[in-house]
Amino acid sequence: MHALTRQGLRAYLDPQNVHSSRQAAAQGLVRGGIQILRNPSGLIGAAIIVLLVLAAILAPLLATHNPYAQNLQQVLLPPGADHWFGTDNLGRDIYSRIVYGARATLTIVCIVSVIVGPIGIIIGATAGYFGGLVDTVLMRITDVFLSLPSLVLALAFAAALGPGLDNAIIAISFATWPPIARLARAEAMTIRKSDYVAAARMMQASDLRIILRQIIPMCTLSVVVRLTLNMAGVILVAAGLGFLGVGAQPPLPEWGAMIAVGRQYMLDSWWTVTFPGLAIVAVSLAFNLFGDALRDTLDPRSAR
Amino acid sequence: MTDDIGVTPAGLRKWSPSALRAGRAIGVLSSIALTLMGLLLLTFLLARFLPADPVYAIIGDNADRDTYERVYRELGLDQPVYQQFFTYALKVVTGDLGMSHITGMPVVRDLLEVVPATLELAIVAIILGSAAGIPLGVLAGTNQNKPIDHVVRIIGLIGYSTPAFWAGMGILIIFYAQLGWIGGAGRQDPYFFGEVPTVTRLVTVDALLAGRVDIFLDALRYLVAPALILAYNALAYISRMTRSFMLEQMNQEYVVTAKAKGLSRGKVIWAHAFVNIRVQLVTIVALTFGAMLEGAVLVETVFAWPGLGQYLTRGLMFRDMNVVLGSVLVIGIFFIILNMLADFAYRQLDPRTR
Repeated sequence: MHALTRQGLRAYLDPQNVHSSRQAAAQGLVRGGIQILRNPSGLIGAAIIVLLVLAAILAPLLATHNPYAQNLQQVLLPPGADHWFGTDNLGRDIYSRIVYGARATLTIVCIVSVIVGPIGIIIGATAGYFGGLVDTVLMRITDVFLSLPSLVLALAFAAALGPGLDNAIIAISFATWPPIARLARAEAMTIRKSDYVAAARMMQASDLRIILRQIIPMCTLSVVVRLTLNMAGVILVAAGLGFLGVGAQPPLPEWGAMIAVGRQYMLDSWWTVTFPGLAIVAVSLAFNLFGDALRDTLDPRSAR
Repeated sequence: MTDDIGVTPAGLRKWSPSALRAGRAIGVLSSIALTLMGLLLLTFLLARFLPADPVYAIIGDNADRDTYERVYRELGLDQPVYQQFFTYALKVVTGDLGMSHITGMPVVRDLLEVVPATLELAIVAIILGSAAGIPLGVLAGTNQNKPIDHVVRIIGLIGYSTPAFWAGMGILIIFYAQLGWIGGAGRQDPYFFGEVPTVTRLVTVDALLAGRVDIFLDALRYLVAPALILAYNALAYISRMTRSFMLEQMNQEYVVTAKAKGLSRGKVIWAHAFVNIRVQLVTIVALTFGAMLEGAVLVETVFAWPGLGQYLTRGLMFRDMNVVLGSVLVIGIFFIILNMLADFAYRQLDPRTR
């Protein structure tokens, strides 16, 4: 990295003057990033995602009230100067709860990606690389999981594991790895026929080494894109679990669970369900927009 | 499920077409049987291993030692695991999904009550969703990057990003509570319960069969909101796929030829390009119909629609594992059959796959 400080950022990113593969990779990343942000949907998506991250980190500063503090004198107040989004059935400030709710959403998104990405890649790359019986067995298992809609699968796991945010994350992970494994398998099947894999094999590299060093790095990019696109779905499933009472449990501020509670009062107090719902729509829309832009940038063919 | 089905082993090439077809059918059926077996294994494992203790789930925490032992044996938990699975699979295959402790009825009987309610909702929704989604997708795909394309894209994006249960609440607040245009909870006004004989278990159809237009209209008032929400979700996906299929066709040379020989735009689009995406659309509509079961779980809960989704949710709430697993199995089987039908339709309609 010392090259960076010596030459300055502008020179480091000059495509005419590339010295290392790391520099080339950094340039590619910056160019791709700029291209995504030039795309209006990519820009809007990225802005909302940044907002989500900021809300999660700075929640104590952004919130106007304690999200857990009940005030039974101020129950179900409509939106106003003191409570921007009104109060819920226990007099808690809905705006502050939505800000803190960003933490639950961000936790779900991050942990599900961290669990599902590697599992999907390992299963998919192994199946695609070996082919034959290994492939058949692993893909049969994947098919079984794919034979259920992801919310239903997550519900079944959540029912068995019991309610709670942790269990909801595990349940969602169980429900969302199969498409990732499918994708990684398809990539691995084309990569294993390439010359450099043949070369590695000729040099007596073990299967494990080839999968880890040659196959998996090449699958990673498309898996990351797919994960981003799937995040919108993950957020909706998580909100659905919260709404059905098997996800995050009260009093934890989680948007789906907030809607579930607000539902009992919605006919007279529309704000109890409206604002948490808008938060869910905004974030899932953001991942859809950002994922679309990411895919268009990396695969211009699909952008047509 | 689609990967290995279409592949014909080299040795089969010289066989007669009918033998080939039979061989392929056996291949498809055995792969479906395997997936179903896997589904059974999955639900079995869910029931046996994940809950803290299946015995306590039934008898509660305060039961004494003897009751515990008795229920433990009644559940067959003292037997080896493979034997438990065998017993479970045999029961399911013979149509025994156990008793539900929330309704006090066999789960199979409950399912026969709730599945038609969900089907009524899903059939209306898929018809509406396709009727709107396909033309919108064609419109977008043939006007790429024009305003109408962006409008269709935004309509689709909103459909993808909005939780169905939240949209349902919004509609209830506005059209039920404020305006009173639609029915609230359930499938029909309780006033009409038992008025017409149950034939198909679809309230609208039964009402028409009995010639009761008033009951039919009443049922429609309850059906319209949940069906429209599911239809909107379907529309989002169908229009997006239709758009990309149309784009692909419009860049083909035969379209250029058709334009060059002076055919009208409508004729090029509908008589040439659209004809070639029909097969793909059948697959998409079938898959969307399956995905609708997912939306139904949430929408039925909001509208208190007495269907499969609500049944599953109630099973969840009262930790009735027989109900949960029975519903999950039905949804899985439904999904697998739809996949199979889509695959079959593809084969029948597309001459290239023969």
